[in-house]
Amino acid sequence: MSATAPPAHSTDALVAPAHTMSRGERWRRRGPLMPALVFTIIVTQIPFLLTIAISTLHWNVLQPGEKNFLGLGNYSAFAGLDNYVTVFTDTRLRNAVVNTVVLTASVVVISLLLGLLLAVLLDKKFPGRGIARTLLIAPFLVMPVASALLWKHALYNPDYGLLNGALNWLWQLFGADQGPTIDFVSKFPMPAVIAALVWQWTPFMMLILLAGLQSQPGDVLEAAKIDRASGAQTFRFITLPHLRQYLELSALLGSIYVLQTFDAIYTITQGGPGSATTNLPYEIYLTMFRKYEYGEAAAAGVVVVVGTIIVATFALRTISSLFQAEGNR
Amino acid sequence: MSTETVDTSVNPFAPAPEQEPGVTRRRRKAKDDAAATAGPGWSLLAWVLTLLFFAPVAWMVLTSLHTEADAATNPPSIFAGLTLDNYAAVFDRGIATFLINSATASIVSTLLVLALAIPAAYALSIKPVEKWTDVMFFFLSTKFLPPIAALLPIYLIVKQVGMLDNVYTLVLLYTSMNLPIAVWMMQSFLAEVPKEILEAAQVDGAGLSRILISIVAPVTAPGIAATSLICFIFSWNEFMFAVNLTATRASTAPIFLVGFISSQGLFLAKLCAAATVVSLPVLIAGFAAQDKLVRGLSLGAVK
Repeated sequence: MSATAPPAHSTDALVAPAHTMSRGERWRRRGPLMPALVFTIIVTQIPFLLTIAISTLHWNVLQPGEKNFLGLGNYSAFAGLDNYVTVFTDTRLRNAVVNTVVLTASVVVISLLLGLLLAVLLDKKFPGRGIARTLLIAPFLVMPVASALLWKHALYNPDYGLLNGALNWLWQLFGADQGPTIDFVSKFPMPAVIAALVWQWTPFMMLILLAGLQSQPGDVLEAAKIDRASGAQTFRFITLPHLRQYLELSALLGSIYVLQTFDAIYTITQGGPGSATTNLPYEIYLTMFRKYEYGEAAAAGVVVVVGTIIVATFALRTISSLFQAEGNR
Repeated sequence: MSTETVDTSVNPFAPAPEQEPGVTRRRRKAKDDAAATAGPGWSLLAWVLTLLFFAPVAWMVLTSLHTEADAATNPPSIFAGLTLDNYAAVFDRGIATFLINSATASIVSTLLVLALAIPAAYALSIKPVEKWTDVMFFFLSTKFLPPIAALLPIYLIVKQVGMLDNVYTLVLLYTSMNLPIAVWMMQSFLAEVPKEILEAAQVDGAGLSRILISIVAPVTAPGIAATSLICFIFSWNEFMFAVNLTATRASTAPIFLVGFISSQGLFLAKLCAAATVVSLPVLIAGFAAQDKLVRGLSLGAVK
């Protein structure tokens, strides 16, 4: 179940060629690795194999069958690929797939652009730069459930939320009696969730991109300055190509994490109104613990894993080449 | 506060002996000097955006210090009197139990992660096994599997063995969640340990545990601290497993927050106080580890 990309770089420098090592030496070297490796295989791989197995069963807890699944519960029949057919034809699940793509793509693109802007700003020296950076990472550190509740109640609330409060204050400043009252969460559910997540993920993007900017070789920038390249030219032709890998890495890692978003949906909209903001993780949760359709939930889970593996393959390739680049530096 | 934010000068895959300590220092210095100084317009824009981003956090803390009545006005009463009553109310409602559960799950799992990750990282850097990069990428790939897809079998197994609503279930899950990050981080920190010292110790006949404790641990102490903080942050903030696998006894801090809303009447100020309390440990840990944060977040790919 793992999407392991073969690392491209050579490691000859560090590893003694296998054939020169004795059998005992090889096992002595493996010893310290084993506990972590065995633990990881047991805790991460077995559940996924079970998920695949369950995805081929008709299993609804409310109508338990006769057949026992590994002592974990009773299912009614083998389903073959029925659950997958349901996943791809059921409008609810298809809707969840669309919402997941919209949510993930919007959050990643917007927070990447904002993160790039902030990283470029923070790459120069200005008074209080260290403090500004510390303040900027705060949104990422606030507990995700706390920040979701904060956005829902303290910012979006139509009666006393800060956003409507600020609008009201602005309107009154210009002589109107009362500003507009907008119920953000029910009027614009998807943008409301996206905004809260963008706020949370922008610092993540900023940190990786800032690290990328600061790893630019100083002599190249110096040379550009001597050649009288303008700031825009330097950015376009030197910084941006150098930053490409870091942009890819933050976009891919961001996609993998945002794809799994559960807290924000659970807290801000409960997937609503209707199913307007139900993404795949939340839909799987509903299928599992509200409809008790274990087979369907497992099939949807497998679909999420396959989707993630596609993104992850690119991510692993990028990480691999970043290592190579940092190795050559 | 240091302006040198990210240590980019150390290459994890290069053999340690080839690195002169002096080179690292000089390179870092040159880079620092290369950072251009911003003009006033640039500084202003940077600060306006920073404050805009920080505003919700500031608003959360400010609201937590207002009375419920002041917190529910429109337009907002920014300059209302301050009080600590909401914090008292939050502790009266028993947030302490949830905080203790969160602390247990986070700290015990972090210790377990370190106990597993440090020897593993040793076998992936100092005395590498064959195909060690494949092992590294195997660990990394497990981090990419969405936990929601594993929830159902985990729930069924945990129920079967009677470990629902048990904080040690969370400990095990958080350990597996953070182990790949820790292995990657510790691998890159251990690769920075000078090889000569290790060889000297071996010549003197020191065993593995002796080498780990007396030589590797002191040199990599800052790395171990950073790794622990990042594991702590991720476990402390975890919600999906906590909400689905605990009920009353083992619930962690985020569950307290979610349960808070069902209460009647005005609750915003108390909610903000609770949100501040539960976020504080991670804010402190994150600020303390901010120089190494990017290394953990990028799973070790960016130094």
